[in-house]
Amino acid sequence: MIRVAELTVTFGRRTPLEKQALAGIDLAVESGEFVSVIGSNGAGKSTLLSAIAGDVPVTGGRIVIDGIDVTGQSTPERSARVARVFQDPLAGSCGTLTIEENLALAVARGHRRGLARALSHERRTLFRERVAELGLGLEGRLHDRMALLSGGQRQSLALLMATLAKSSVLLLDEHTAALDPGMAEFVLDLTRRTVAEHRLTTLMVTHSMRQALDLGTRTIMLHEGRLVLDVKGEERAGLTVGALVAMFRRQRGQTLDDDALLID
Amino acid sequence: MSTIAFAGAIELGLVYAFVGLAVFLAFRVLDFPDLTVDGSFPLGAGVAAVAITAGIDPWGATVMAAAAGACAGLVTATLNQRFGILHLLASILTMIALFSVSLRVMGRPNVAILTQATMLTPFYGHGLRDYLVRPLFLAVLVAITVAVLARFLVSDFGLAMRATGANPKMARAQGISTRSQIYTGMALSNALVGIAGALFAQTNGFADVTTGVGTIVVGLAAVIIGETLFRFGGILVALIGCVVGSIAYRIAIQLALSADFLGLQPSDLNLVTAVLVALALILPRLRGVGLRT
Repeated sequence: MIRVAELTVTFGRRTPLEKQALAGIDLAVESGEFVSVIGSNGAGKSTLLSAIAGDVPVTGGRIVIDGIDVTGQSTPERSARVARVFQDPLAGSCGTLTIEENLALAVARGHRRGLARALSHERRTLFRERVAELGLGLEGRLHDRMALLSGGQRQSLALLMATLAKSSVLLLDEHTAALDPGMAEFVLDLTRRTVAEHRLTTLMVTHSMRQALDLGTRTIMLHEGRLVLDVKGEERAGLTVGALVAMFRRQRGQTLDDDALLID
Repeated sequence: MSTIAFAGAIELGLVYAFVGLAVFLAFRVLDFPDLTVDGSFPLGAGVAAVAITAGIDPWGATVMAAAAGACAGLVTATLNQRFGILHLLASILTMIALFSVSLRVMGRPNVAILTQATMLTPFYGHGLRDYLVRPLFLAVLVAITVAVLARFLVSDFGLAMRATGANPKMARAQGISTRSQIYTGMALSNALVGIAGALFAQTNGFADVTTGVGTIVVGLAAVIIGETLFRFGGILVALIGCVVGSIAYRIAIQLALSADFLGLQPSDLNLVTAVLVALALILPRLRGVGLRT
């Protein structure tokens, strides 16, 4: 469960380049809800995710996860509750470490890291099973460096890493944007399965209206740092991509130049 | 090259193997270019020499040298992490300051401990020549250190340290406090350099404030030569590479300086060092293979 109240984020405060990325966001996401987040470039989608994860300091407002106010907590402190997958496949894992070492890093998220061997027999068995479930044939390559894998493979493993340790919130920041269409489809399907299986409260940023409507239970739209659209249930079920764009226009009372970007 | 000169080269290589391991920890594991070592080496030597002169047990004196080195590393880490000073500059500031600190510790630029009992004293006079006792003793110490370090770096904590250097953003997202990892790693790295200084003082019979100059280059040479010789393998192989690299470097220097046809003299040492490190960097590229980072 996530509660965001009057959240504002301003970059470059009191400088000529001051930019308000989030201009007062109020959002309540219930446990198990899967929210797709859309909006044009610079709308504040990624900033919202980064603020929830702790990477971006907030200027005002509060962020509450599972009833705990995390507004003042650092990224590592929040990590026990928050799992993430980044847009860049290289960002979510260490290329110089092996697959199993990366998995060992992820399985210890939210736990104290001591001097016990990171790759115990039990963990190796667990990793082999979980990696085999992906169906990518990577279970035989656990000793390979992460850098040897393709973007899609790394992104699939990043999703797996997000669920190795318990968490309640999953943040996906355009996690299929850098992949080829086939691999993107695979990762999206994996996302669907992962979220359902682990009943994670999920926020997924996407540039594709189609993805936004196909996945999840709720769709929100940001524009210039504000929440301009919030649909779920039957209203959302009846929405088409065209209707979503039209709705966006009505909300903003203006015509967008980059409609083409918003439509899949 | 005589047997004694050869044993001497290995002995020095083993002393500086600690520096090689320290540089590996800072540059490769943490991705923190740390020049503090030029200051923490003479600091370790000075602390150990003064402590031994004051009648403290040489093992205790070496532990004190390690602690002094760790403090130096913590100063650099604090300047960088707490106050946001660029890592390279932060380490240069500490290095410069340590020159004065070492002089204060020793009270003069040079402290001789030739007549004092050292860690090695109990091992002399058991039938083995002194110039062989020293490298053997050091080899055992280095082997223990490599084993402990290798085990440390495959633990959950050590893995977190490697992630901190490899991908700090990912590390933080996985709940690793990259800040405390850098503090710990820098303390550990410079503690190793402090030990190297203490061992240098005890095997050579003196501590001198000027011995620190170029320590970082020697450490880097060990790491780079090691990486050139052992290009594949896990963390243990990389650590062994640092040790072998350090010894290989000393032998190469000794060979170059003692080869009459080259006409080199001891004052050419720094030039030879630079050429050796440059060669170690260039050779893998000529083979069309990138260096492990």
